[in-house]
Amino acid sequence: MDQGAITWTLIGMALATYGPRLLPVWLLSSRSMPPAVTAWLRYVPSAVLAALLFPLLLVNGGHISLGPKNIFLWAALPAAWVAVKTRSMVGSVLVGMAIVAAARYLFAV
Amino acid sequence: MTSDTPRNAQPDEQGPSTARELFAGLSRATPIVVGYVPVGLAFGVLAQKAGLSPLNTMLMSLLVYAGASQFIAVSLFAVDAPAWSVIVTTLVVNLRHMLMSAALSPFLKRWHPAELAAFAFQLTDETFAVHSQGLSSGAIRKASAFAIHVTAQASWVLGTWLGMVTGQRITDVKPLALDYALPSLFVALLVLQIRDRVQALVALLTGIMAVGLLLAGMERWGVIAATLVGATIGVGVERWIKVQSPGP
Repeated sequence: MDQGAITWTLIGMALATYGPRLLPVWLLSSRSMPPAVTAWLRYVPSAVLAALLFPLLLVNGGHISLGPKNIFLWAALPAAWVAVKTRSMVGSVLVGMAIVAAARYLFAV
Repeated sequence: MTSDTPRNAQPDEQGPSTARELFAGLSRATPIVVGYVPVGLAFGVLAQKAGLSPLNTMLMSLLVYAGASQFIAVSLFAVDAPAWSVIVTTLVVNLRHMLMSAALSPFLKRWHPAELAAFAFQLTDETFAVHSQGLSSGAIRKASAFAIHVTAQASWVLGTWLGMVTGQRITDVKPLALDYALPSLFVALLVLQIRDRVQALVALLTGIMAVGLLLAGMERWGVIAATLVGATIGVGVERWIKVQSPGP
């Protein structure tokens, strides 16, 4: 694809991204929803974040990886601990990254 | 007619409180900045290597602004995939934002449609998670929300630009663990999101389902399918607990 065609594809991508972001708030924010629906929506944050995170930590190259070499998984434990104890997300992220970087440097994992 | 309007009838509380909200938004956006700059940088490097022009690389972070689908799109451009397949893949990967947009809707009452349009444009996994942490204190504050959104996208665009201009010199993001910035951010966001045992159960089951669906080959639909089932289980368990122990 030449750069001009890529630009047009980008505009299509932008619409495909914006639609799902916009339509629910536009349609739903001005009306009151049944209690069952709002109860259901309260579980969306925990559910969707776990659905995004677990594969990043557990799956490597198409397989479940629970061994000592899966540094992404093991670094998540102290990072989670820091998040719970300090409520600091920045601290948690930096601790996670520092552990992964150190493990790669020290053990070449 | 207006000469008798008392000038001091309404103390000017809007100014300072708006400033405080903006500052609160900035500080709530910092973890996102820590995650977005390195990942944006990785995107900038990859886009250059895949042959995207600097203009298209920046346009993608400005107009599309959706991490996962930007990486997928670059890999599709690199193999000269047809435009429609890039756009359809983007749509499928980003359908999960409908659930996030819906989940925030009850807290965006009385917002003007134009404000909602601006808000939705910069709604990402991470900004959504930061908003949903503050929901126990009521409605989403406009100034704070927009400060979070603008700061987050600015850091994504900045990272993209850094990756583009330093692209040739950075051969590997692994020694600095830049590839762990987003997983680590998701860990913190998830941990701080969970407030009770039902939520913890929902997170655990949904995460396991997402892994199962990914391994079964549903790499595009897995997240949204697992979320739909997981949230439904959450409501079911919540009802069941209420039936078991009728409270006062």
